[in-house]
Amino acid sequence: MSAEAGGRLFFPRWANLARPALAVALVVVPAYLVLLLAYGASPRTINVGYQPHQPVPYSHALHAGQLGIDCRYCHTTVEKAAFAAVPPTQTCMNCHSKIRAASAKLLPIRESYATGLPVPWVKVHDLPDFVYFDHSAHVRRGVGCVECHGRVDKMEVVAQVHRLSMGWCLDCHRQPDRHLRPPELVTKMEWVPPEDPLVYGRRLREATKINPSTDCWTCHR
Amino acid sequence: MSTVPLPLLEAAEDPRTRPPLVLGDNDFASVTDKVCGIVERPRPPIAWYIAFAISSALTALLVAMLGYLFLAGIGVWGLNIPVGWGFDITNFVFWVGIGHAGTLISAILFLFRQKWRTGINRFAEAMTIFAVICAGMFPAIHTGRPWFDYWLFPYPNQMQVWPNFRSPLIWDVFAVSTYFTVSLMFWYTGMIPDLATLRDRATTRLRRIVYGVLSLGWRGSGRHWHRYERVYLLLAALATPLVLSVHSVVSFDFAVSQLPGWHSTIFPPYFVAGAIFSGFAMVLTLLIPVRSFFHLEELITTRHLENMAKITLATGLIVAYSYGIEFFMAWYSGNPYEKFTLANRALGPYAWAFWIVLFCNVVVPQALWFKRPRTTPWMLVGISILINVGMWFERFVIIVTSLSRDFIPSSWGYYKPTWVELCTLAGSFGLFLTLFLLFLRFGPMIAMAEIKSVMPAAGLERGPHRGHGQYWGEIPHQHERRQEEGQP
Repeated sequence: MSAEAGGRLFFPRWANLARPALAVALVVVPAYLVLLLAYGASPRTINVGYQPHQPVPYSHALHAGQLGIDCRYCHTTVEKAAFAAVPPTQTCMNCHSKIRAASAKLLPIRESYATGLPVPWVKVHDLPDFVYFDHSAHVRRGVGCVECHGRVDKMEVVAQVHRLSMGWCLDCHRQPDRHLRPPELVTKMEWVPPEDPLVYGRRLREATKINPSTDCWTCHR
Repeated sequence: MSTVPLPLLEAAEDPRTRPPLVLGDNDFASVTDKVCGIVERPRPPIAWYIAFAISSALTALLVAMLGYLFLAGIGVWGLNIPVGWGFDITNFVFWVGIGHAGTLISAILFLFRQKWRTGINRFAEAMTIFAVICAGMFPAIHTGRPWFDYWLFPYPNQMQVWPNFRSPLIWDVFAVSTYFTVSLMFWYTGMIPDLATLRDRATTRLRRIVYGVLSLGWRGSGRHWHRYERVYLLLAALATPLVLSVHSVVSFDFAVSQLPGWHSTIFPPYFVAGAIFSGFAMVLTLLIPVRSFFHLEELITTRHLENMAKITLATGLIVAYSYGIEFFMAWYSGNPYEKFTLANRALGPYAWAFWIVLFCNVVVPQALWFKRPRTTPWMLVGISILINVGMWFERFVIIVTSLSRDFIPSSWGYYKPTWVELCTLAGSFGLFLTLFLLFLRFGPMIAMAEIKSVMPAAGLERGPHRGHGQYWGEIPHQHERRQEEGQP
């Protein structure tokens, strides 16, 4: 059949290509969607594994892990304020004025102590500016540090472990049981619940009347 | 033309016979010539150009207003607490309502075998499509940040946030998008045989290609017709519930809330009747000038107009009854807020709008009880335009009076539209008319294939092949050619 039989245009023979093209589309479109989702969910896109270079080779694995210093020794405001304070140089010098006082690795600390200029630490867990997050609200209700920050006590250089996306936050706000512990144990990195975490967490939640809000203005104020 | 004369069917006044749906000395070929002729003129008439210039200027105004709105924000409208819905949602409900007549004509009248629908269904369906396009625009732009409009749809996202499925606003998204999809499919499917006719008669290469592609390879074979009729019937069955459901869902936007004047179980049927009422008025408003301008009085007869006028009257009475029931319920329920709201509608700051509604929607349609207004085109146009005005104001009154004065007098307010809102409304009419004029120019505005099935000429007992055309449609001038060759 020609394209213009008797002056009328029916579909020419090449229009039959539409069928294989449809078949190809049925393969290509899902593949594209899968790739799109894979890219969208890849750690690189969502910042998981973000591990910026810090001005001082400070090891959480050494201090919090091997030496067992409590998180709150340095991050003092975590139970009282929205922001978990980054310690001032003076906190470092509490020990390092005596211990390894001459170490080359500590040169920036001593410089900062002498000049009064703060050490330019690079923030790792950086939420968007339109998100309000309160450390004290979580820590005092028994959400362990490890739930969001991962095993910091094993990190030489701190890296981001979780997505910190809105959906990730909501996962916990909607079903907090698995992430709850007695508030006095929040900094214990290796703590495991004594029974099924869902049952244990549920009991804690009911006892302490934890009822996480999922209203927009809880986080977006 | 062929020579066998049909007995002139002037039986319209005889109540024992059904009056003919196509008047005059028309056969299949002349119907095709008439309808295709409008599209095939090398140039549209000068009046078309004038109308198009006006409507596209209004569309440009709409684009400018939307640009200003997006740049400056929703503050350029007169909306403010307590009135958060004003012209935007009024226009939305108005335009969605307009569409309903098209679906009623094309689907419900089809299922009820109302043969007179064939003359007007294509026209009314086109009106539906264009009205729903105008309607869909308003919820999209009233969100304030229209670039996030995709949030209206439920899709998996990293925020794990979904639309509130218990809110009628999301039902609305589904109702209107379903309505648009089904209406478009219905309109297009019905048009395929006619597009093929245009293709077969095309004289330019461009037309051959465009209509050729659009008619999807239609050859008019028995198998094609069989499948076509099946699909058409299925789509009619699919579209029929939409006539009732879409505007019911739109009414839930109000009825599900707890505002006095909105929180009412009568809203769904009341809105559906109003939608069909306003839709038929709009069909009449558009159809009558087009009919006389393109000399289609033989295909769209006075009887068509009269039937539409009767439906307009019937639905208008339902609307009037609903107005009455609203007041009755306000009194009978004993709810002081409801009572206040209804009294405030009739006597408060927006009383002027309320009385426009009452005059246009209750008083004016009563003229349709009489035969003379029903059968006099200019009177029908006048009545229809007044009904359109009235139905627009009805939505305005429902939305704005309830919002402006609710439970707490300290939070009362008065809403006035800004010039931006007025221009946007005018612009939406411009968009509607522009699409419509383009359709008149490039599409078959009367369902030729269907109208032939209700012509007496379809009865073969009337003699040999009076303009029946060829198997796959008409070929221009075949009659003359045959006569020259001495064939019957």
